[in-house]
Amino acid sequence: MTENPFQYAPAPESRSIVDIAPSYGLFVDGEFVDGGGKSFKTVNPATEEVLSEVAAGTAEDVDRAVRAARRAFTRVWGPMRPADRGKYLFRIARLLQERAREFAVLESLDNGKPIRESRDVDVPLAAAHFFYHAGWADKLGWAGLGPGPRPLGVAGQVIPWNFPLLMLAWKVAPALATGNTVVLKPAETTPLTALLFAEVCRQADLPPGVVNIVTGAGDTGRAVVEHDDVDKVAFTGSTEVGRSIARAVAGTRKKLTLELGGKAANIVFDDAPIDQAVDGIVQGIFFNQGHVCCAGSRLLVQENVHDEVIASLQRRIGTLRLGDPLDKNTDIGAINSAEQLARIRELSDVGVAEGAQRWQPACELPARGFWFPPTVFTDVSPAHRIARDEVFGPVLSVLTFRTPDEAVAKANNTTYGLSAGIWTEKGSRILKIADQLRAGVVWANTFNKFDPTSPFGGYKQSGYGREGGRHGLAAYLKGSDA
Amino acid sequence: MSSDRLAVRKTYKLYVNGAFPRSESGRTYEVTDTRGHFLANAAWASRKDARDAVVAARAAFRGWSGATAYNRGQVLYRVAEVMEGRHVQFCEEVAAGEGISGSKARAAVDAAIDRWVWYAGWTDKLGAVLGGANPVAGPYFDFSLPEPTGVVAVLAPQRSSLLGLVSVLAPVLAGGNTAVVVTSKERPLPAVTLGEVLATSDVPAGVVNLLTGDAGEIGPWLAEHDDVDAVDLTGAPAGRAMELERLAAGSIKRVVRPPAEEPDWTADPGLSRLTPFLETKTVWHPMGV
Repeated sequence: MTENPFQYAPAPESRSIVDIAPSYGLFVDGEFVDGGGKSFKTVNPATEEVLSEVAAGTAEDVDRAVRAARRAFTRVWGPMRPADRGKYLFRIARLLQERAREFAVLESLDNGKPIRESRDVDVPLAAAHFFYHAGWADKLGWAGLGPGPRPLGVAGQVIPWNFPLLMLAWKVAPALATGNTVVLKPAETTPLTALLFAEVCRQADLPPGVVNIVTGAGDTGRAVVEHDDVDKVAFTGSTEVGRSIARAVAGTRKKLTLELGGKAANIVFDDAPIDQAVDGIVQGIFFNQGHVCCAGSRLLVQENVHDEVIASLQRRIGTLRLGDPLDKNTDIGAINSAEQLARIRELSDVGVAEGAQRWQPACELPARGFWFPPTVFTDVSPAHRIARDEVFGPVLSVLTFRTPDEAVAKANNTTYGLSAGIWTEKGSRILKIADQLRAGVVWANTFNKFDPTSPFGGYKQSGYGREGGRHGLAAYLKGSDA
Repeated sequence: MSSDRLAVRKTYKLYVNGAFPRSESGRTYEVTDTRGHFLANAAWASRKDARDAVVAARAAFRGWSGATAYNRGQVLYRVAEVMEGRHVQFCEEVAAGEGISGSKARAAVDAAIDRWVWYAGWTDKLGAVLGGANPVAGPYFDFSLPEPTGVVAVLAPQRSSLLGLVSVLAPVLAGGNTAVVVTSKERPLPAVTLGEVLATSDVPAGVVNLLTGDAGEIGPWLAEHDDVDAVDLTGAPAGRAMELERLAAGSIKRVVRPPAEEPDWTADPGLSRLTPFLETKTVWHPMGV
């Protein structure tokens, strides 16, 4: 970036802490086994370097994993004393903490996210999820789901590439705490931390078959979702895939939870502390390169402070450091895959073609790898695709409003309903607007905060079911009120 | 008054947006008792009627969901009060339609009225029972509250024409949703009378819309409708639930699957019919800055 007063010397985190094998099998029944499908390469999106070759699970492999999970459920995990199940989860939480740096470096290598985020957000939160749910294992009768809630059985779980380990934790921790066993399919482009997690399960002496990890692409995921002996399906990913999963489980006994896309409004009123709001806007859309389903991708700014907010926002974006994800000073890492980069480029170009104004800071992109600069569109109308479609990248669309009613109407004018943000100094306005927004998570004077005690999930076509908190347990239990 | 007075018979119509229209299709169908004797001609609701009902339910949602829980509780309690005044009429219709004895019909009507009372008392407890403060690991005040899902399409039970209907409708309303209900096809008359009760019970127009007709015909349109947020398939025709659930997937609707057999509606419903139509909203705010 030109004339950037914040020049930093490189400060890369060492990657020597991780030991990536040249190839990985599937983790089934406590063992690493070969997969029947054609193995695939996982690359470092920041350099395009091949990190490892990973097995692809076929329908037969998934069947073996489900049978292992069923056996473990029937013979070991289901009958186990709840307090002991909890103690296994506490062990896993501790192991994640002990090996935190290793997980963080591996996550940044495989995903492209800045080490600052994998180290300070993804991994600590993953450990926290296990710690939190560990405590629930022997207290489920107090979860408000009716007397004597019971586990469902085998959970089939399919997770995305944007928070690979954290999404694993969101899925696996509540499933195990409630007495279920799991077959988990990590995303095709980010399988490595899930495979390292398999090793943690072995270190914890978790009984074989309680956690099974079957890597692969869409076909593998479909085999997990459609397997007859799966009692529960949990999916995080796109609304399009969520729809096909909802169709696939129709007419079955399978319980389904979906955490899908979003197009969150981040609403800035004219009395907001502008500097704080600008930092919140940056955190809302550029955190994890915008690969966040709850990203604040639509900035709704009150008309009379529009110019001031945009000027301040552009100044702030000019100081963001894009580059090596392992550098501790990096703010914006690599786009996760060539495919995702192509989608971001396409939608960004559509934004220009439809008449919005695109602004990007002077920003040098590394020669290799997948990169997209932080981007702000102004003069966006609600009809533009960049105001309606989920970009899942570092692209912010700015719209304006005059009155609170208009802000709410525009914020709710989407088929999604995952999250929203409100920036104002007026408490009564926060409560009123939060009440009117049709979104599952509302951040007021903050954004993109997560915690295992705090239920997360969408309204409308952003999905159903909650993850985290007392509410998240209901997804994995049956009982009179679950 | 002479005992051979010619009775004034009732025309059974739809209940949509607080009014009692005939079906726009002009269709009616014959309703009989269980022995095949003519009872009435009921309006045979069409796709267009269903769409009109969704429009009405959507328009009513903001007001009903925005009413205080105390207010909604009083309105639902008022439904019980007004039903009590029509007890005899409901008993006659239930007995004729379901082919049960007078005492059994009385028990069903009693239970239906009491069910409104049960749900009336829930409206202002849900927030405390299903919501709460979340002790997050940071300087934030974080709380979660239940909120209504939106417009709910209900395929009402086919057998239990009043108690079953109230058992699926009242919880939808108690949570703050609005409803489009397809009634029992063969036994629709108590539903029409319930519409008359709702119309005189301070339930705002559009909050409940009752369509007499065939769930097999209207169900798919409602399951597919993009402005419907949830479907209760309890009264789906046999063998059609999978198709309806697939249609509902198109807009990620919340779906309540039908039980294998129509349940015993006299059982304590717990929260099982409230929570499927409630969302959880979580709000964060920093503390100390």
